[in-house]
Amino acid sequence: MDIKRRNFLKIAAGGGLLLAGGVPAMAREPKKLSPEAVGMLYDATACIGCRACQTACKQHNEMPVEHSTPNSVWDDPVDLSSKTLNIIKVYATGTALNKDSETDGYSFIKRHCMHCVDPACVSACPVSALKKHAQTGVVSYDKGACIGCRYCQLACPYNIPKFEFDKPFPQIRKCQLCDHRFKDNKYSACCEFCPTGASVFGKVSDLLAEAQKRLTLKPGEYYNYPVAHIKSAQVSYRPVAKYLPRIYGEKEGGGSQVLMLAAVPFEKLGMPALDEKSDAAFSENIQHTVYKGMIGPGVLLAGLLFAAYKNTNKSDE
Amino acid sequence: MTESKPLGGKIITKPFLVCAFFFAIAAVLLVKRFIYGIGAVSNLSDGYPWGIWIAYDVVTGTAIACGGYSMALLVYIFNKGEYHPLVKPALLASMFGYTLAGFSVMFDIGRYWQAYNLFLPKYFQLNSVMFEVALCVSLYIGVLWMEFSPTLAEWIQAKGLKKALNRVMFIFIAIGILLPTMHQSSLGSLLLIAGKKVSPLWHTGFLPLLFLISAITMGFAIVIFESIISSVGFRREIETPILSKLAGLIPVLIAIYLVVRFADILIGGKIGLVFAFDLKAIMFIIENILYIIPAVILFSPENRSRNRQLFISAGCLLLAGSVYRFNAFLIGFDPGAGWQYFPSFSEIMITLGVISLEIMAYMIFVKKMPVLSGMRHA
Repeated sequence: MDIKRRNFLKIAAGGGLLLAGGVPAMAREPKKLSPEAVGMLYDATACIGCRACQTACKQHNEMPVEHSTPNSVWDDPVDLSSKTLNIIKVYATGTALNKDSETDGYSFIKRHCMHCVDPACVSACPVSALKKHAQTGVVSYDKGACIGCRYCQLACPYNIPKFEFDKPFPQIRKCQLCDHRFKDNKYSACCEFCPTGASVFGKVSDLLAEAQKRLTLKPGEYYNYPVAHIKSAQVSYRPVAKYLPRIYGEKEGGGSQVLMLAAVPFEKLGMPALDEKSDAAFSENIQHTVYKGMIGPGVLLAGLLFAAYKNTNKSDE
Repeated sequence: MTESKPLGGKIITKPFLVCAFFFAIAAVLLVKRFIYGIGAVSNLSDGYPWGIWIAYDVVTGTAIACGGYSMALLVYIFNKGEYHPLVKPALLASMFGYTLAGFSVMFDIGRYWQAYNLFLPKYFQLNSVMFEVALCVSLYIGVLWMEFSPTLAEWIQAKGLKKALNRVMFIFIAIGILLPTMHQSSLGSLLLIAGKKVSPLWHTGFLPLLFLISAITMGFAIVIFESIISSVGFRREIETPILSKLAGLIPVLIAIYLVVRFADILIGGKIGLVFAFDLKAIMFIIENILYIIPAVILFSPENRSRNRQLFISAGCLLLAGSVYRFNAFLIGFDPGAGWQYFPSFSEIMITLGVISLEIMAYMIFVKKMPVLSGMRHA
């Protein structure tokens, strides 16, 4: 019996190694941005908080009005929800008199799906209801596939996918970059209707170049901010703010197709501090190492079949 | 070997009626959920998309239902025939535990009418941990019913069928060990992708290994726990010698578990979080004390021969594994500022109803079918 006990420990330890082996291995390369990928550049210093983008988003995505106060007449969401896919929020501190200042100041922030380069929601979804478009990189949702397990919500570092908890036949709602407007040669409504150029649409490579350029500008000098689209002829000529030297979304969580500039630290604006490696890669590396080609489980099953066959025949009633 | 026999006796007893009462309340609340949506009965939110229906009914419930897995591992793989009388009741409890986890998922998921999409190859998503868990668990529910089927065949007195089933049973036994090994570890892996939303006290690359070891220990603990309860409840002799032998394995497994657990905390530089003494830290301490107590008690062979000590240790260990799972999925889960979760009254009542249903089914089965071995008190 003692020998058997040792066997037990040996096999248990072997199984443990099989699983633990997944930790250090790098089975999957981080995903790369498609050269055709599109996205947005949001410049908090150019945002005036008019919320034209919010209205345009509701209109062009046929989203319902949301009343958050008892007698509200207008759409007044307090945060993103299954009814609100895009929102302007404000950070205020002290007297809140100075725009884009960390002391006694305020700053706007625009929230919606970041369209991650390596999205956690896509990796998490068990039924391919969330997919990343191979060329545009848009992360979109297919309600015909979705089973409503809400694992995408658990996985998303930005808490973007929203679920209709108030409906008997619910679905997940999220920003899809207005991909339904692409076929008419149009783009994200929030950018098209932004009057100041705070939100501009374009190819991610162009947006990144523009963001990098803005960081080289001297605070106070005047600059032509493109309005609506990065290639647009319409510009807004305005003084440059004192940017923080960081492009949010360039590297966060493996990078995203929405990029942001601001003068107030992003963590204060409610953006999460993420590692450069995506959580999807971390999860898939471990999972893929354990289940690679189903070799591990296959070998284990063969051993189990052998042992079970031997031992049931012997001790059959 | 002792033959298993139906216990007989009345089905409608006082405990049965109490369970039926709880189940009736849950049934009414479930009607409400299907008419008005999940939000009408739960405190689930976009920040806390998973509550006790997942953390208890699925993640903890299936771990408690690992008795069948742990015993099959011991009896059929490590050839410990002497534990054979414990296999059938363990299997029955596993069958109900898993079946009801599957049932719970059907009211937790929002688009339940499309649940079959999980089995359509065009929707397969092989990178998803959830895909692996869902497929594995549903397959395992079927396997558990197959493993239990000879008892059903015996009950309807289909001798030929029972013989035929027993001949191929080794296949189901083998698959029935492979599948829990896969999904009990993957239940831990579910949290890998949540990254920074899970406190580093629980988020680690070792999640699958820790969940697997702790599920196996919970499997042994529930066998001991149930065996003592059903002996007392149904006035049968307690199978102490066999239970104390089984209990000898537990300290070894807990030791392996705790080495991995604390190596991760220490090497990962997370020990400072324990000394923060906030809710997370306190729950972490409680969780691990609950692991250490049964390991210490059951380390002594003398304690292992005492029913009282066996019962307390098994209870502690079940609690330890449950607290670990609740901590990882709920206490340690923080989606960011502004989000809160505590289960609603209705949510709790629905979970209690599911547990009641499980107990009722167990009582019916052991009274009508040959599950428990026939060591009866006079």
